[in-house]
Amino acid sequence: MIEIENVHKHFGALHVLNGVNLSVKKGEVLSMIGGSGSGKSTMLMCINGLEGIQSGRITIDGVEVHASSTSLNKLRRRIGIVFQQWNAFPHLTVLENVTLALRKVLGKSKEEAEKIAIEQLSHVGLKEKLLVFPSRLSGGQQQRMAIARALAMSPDYMLFDEVTSALDPQLVGEVLDTLRMLSSEGMTMIVVTHEMRFAREVSDRVAFFCKGQIHEIGEPDQIFDYPAKQETADFVRSVL
Amino acid sequence: MYFGGSFTWDDFQFLLVGAVSTISITLVSVLIGTCLGVLFGLIRAGSPWWISNTIGAILDVFRSVPLLIQLVLFNSFNSMLKLNWPTFAVGCVCLGVYASAFCTEIVRSGVGAVPQTTRRAARSLGLTWAQELRSITLPIAVRIVFPSWIGLALGVMKDTALVLWIGIVELLRSAQIVTSRVQEPLLILSVVGLIYFLMSFPIARLGARLEAKWSVK
Amino acid sequence: MDYHFQWRPVLRSLPEMLGGALVTMEIAAIAMLLGTVLAIFLALCKRSGKRYLALPADVWIETARNTPALFQIYTLYFGLGSLGLQFSSFAALLFGITFNNAGYLAETFRGGFEAVPETQIKAARSLGMSSPQAMCYIVIPQMLRAVFHAMTNQMVWSILMSSMGVIVGLNSDLTGVTQQLNVITYRTFEYFFVAACLYYLVSKALTSSARLLAWRLFRY
Repeated sequence: MIEIENVHKHFGALHVLNGVNLSVKKGEVLSMIGGSGSGKSTMLMCINGLEGIQSGRITIDGVEVHASSTSLNKLRRRIGIVFQQWNAFPHLTVLENVTLALRKVLGKSKEEAEKIAIEQLSHVGLKEKLLVFPSRLSGGQQQRMAIARALAMSPDYMLFDEVTSALDPQLVGEVLDTLRMLSSEGMTMIVVTHEMRFAREVSDRVAFFCKGQIHEIGEPDQIFDYPAKQETADFVRSVL
Repeated sequence: MYFGGSFTWDDFQFLLVGAVSTISITLVSVLIGTCLGVLFGLIRAGSPWWISNTIGAILDVFRSVPLLIQLVLFNSFNSMLKLNWPTFAVGCVCLGVYASAFCTEIVRSGVGAVPQTTRRAARSLGLTWAQELRSITLPIAVRIVFPSWIGLALGVMKDTALVLWIGIVELLRSAQIVTSRVQEPLLILSVVGLIYFLMSFPIARLGARLEAKWSVK
Repeated sequence: MDYHFQWRPVLRSLPEMLGGALVTMEIAAIAMLLGTVLAIFLALCKRSGKRYLALPADVWIETARNTPALFQIYTLYFGLGSLGLQFSSFAALLFGITFNNAGYLAETFRGGFEAVPETQIKAARSLGMSSPQAMCYIVIPQMLRAVFHAMTNQMVWSILMSSMGVIVGLNSDLTGVTQQLNVITYRTFEYFFVAACLYYLVSKALTSSARLLAWRLFRY
């Protein structure tokens, strides 16, 4: 379970997270929607410790993320994150991209790591591209590789930061299909997205972010069809 | 006025004369190098591949042989062909040709960095080839390569130290001469080092600042 | 032209000159190796942000880049004698070129570090890699591609500039050997012309091998 309690974060004078409270249960799929600058991506970065917080607490299965005694390296083995710009390692082949962390972080042997990597890459449909360099793949393929790379570590939780926003429209579908598949397999997912139809279809709950806070949170039907707050209604109307 | 030991004001002035010699060699060599560099650079940028590559291969020789040996060979030519040029001229021409080899590459990459689309737009407006070159390509190219050119000029200034081998009394040779009289090598070399530093550092800084300023645009 | 070319004595001395060329390559290789290690150290000092590390590093780098290499070699050979440090011509040349290489390469490496996007480090850390692991497996391999061309140039420069050793009395490298033969026979042009050809061949061999190596290493 991920618990976010009264988290505040500043970037200099900018108050990016303004008292966020949230709990995410195991197996849940939570979508975070909202305008740009509302704090959703920053929230994800704080969950795996890439960004610090000024006050509040984030705990993952009881381990506090920002405590000085916490080993972030160890914690991050349990949280997978996929970025908007996939961040493939350009100097490694697709297979090596996925096996690197398995071997250096989890200490697996080369054979073991490759077995897991091939399994994950087949799962996302990249079995034909194992020995290719990322520069030869399309954006959609690189993003799927990034997903496989994160999944190979067998994380308990997966975070997705607008993973389709940088893709050409025709490539968005294949990545969303992969996310649908993951959700149906029971993975705990927090998805920051602008794809409203996808969010509605796949999520257990949808959180609407506005000005650094969760303005409203509830089941997809409630948020999209019967929003309780005016800002939520305005946002939903503007994007659908 | 005495600066510690027997290092006199006269000695210091002697060093300054050496510095002036260094600067004058630098200026003449950079002038020769830039003129030739622009010429060859434009030729390389605008010619078919077999002309461009031939010129490139020839100039490459000057970048693949030590400058010291080029000076010796050139000086040798001077006496073999009975040209009887003063060594100052030999030094400047040799450094100039050496610099032109690098300058050609700088000019060539500068011209190449001007976007084709910009040049085509200018021609579509009716500018002739020469007008386009003068008003569009050259101003943009000059801005792009100016920092590299400054780097080249400063490199030539430092390379002038080598001309002491063919007998020219520039700054480092002046230091040698003063040291043989005063026997305080560390002091004199510190002074000379400072002079070199002051001749180079401000201009290098200026180049870096211009590069930052112009690259943002 | 009254000058009569005499190539035979030069060709007889070729083995000796080739021996000199070998010494030249040794000096350049050692100076490059040492210079690279020192340059990485200097670059890290500058990045550390701590004044007591960054300031001496800056002094080294700016001195190396703003004074002639010959001056640096000369200072090591003649200048440090009064401090009790007596450098041989070989040592003065070697350490002079090393000092110079370190200064220039430090700047190159600094640019190389900055050429690797920070997002790469973010991605590596997110997978659970420690900072040293991210540096070793992700940053440095990519940085190598960015700095390869500059390092090749610096190596060629080291080979060519080793010729300055003759000015401080070195007689074992290619130029030193050539000069020895020159003062005996006064066939200046012939000997130095052949030396020039040897330097040219070594430079070209180096740049070709570097290009081949780059093609193999950086196929992505």
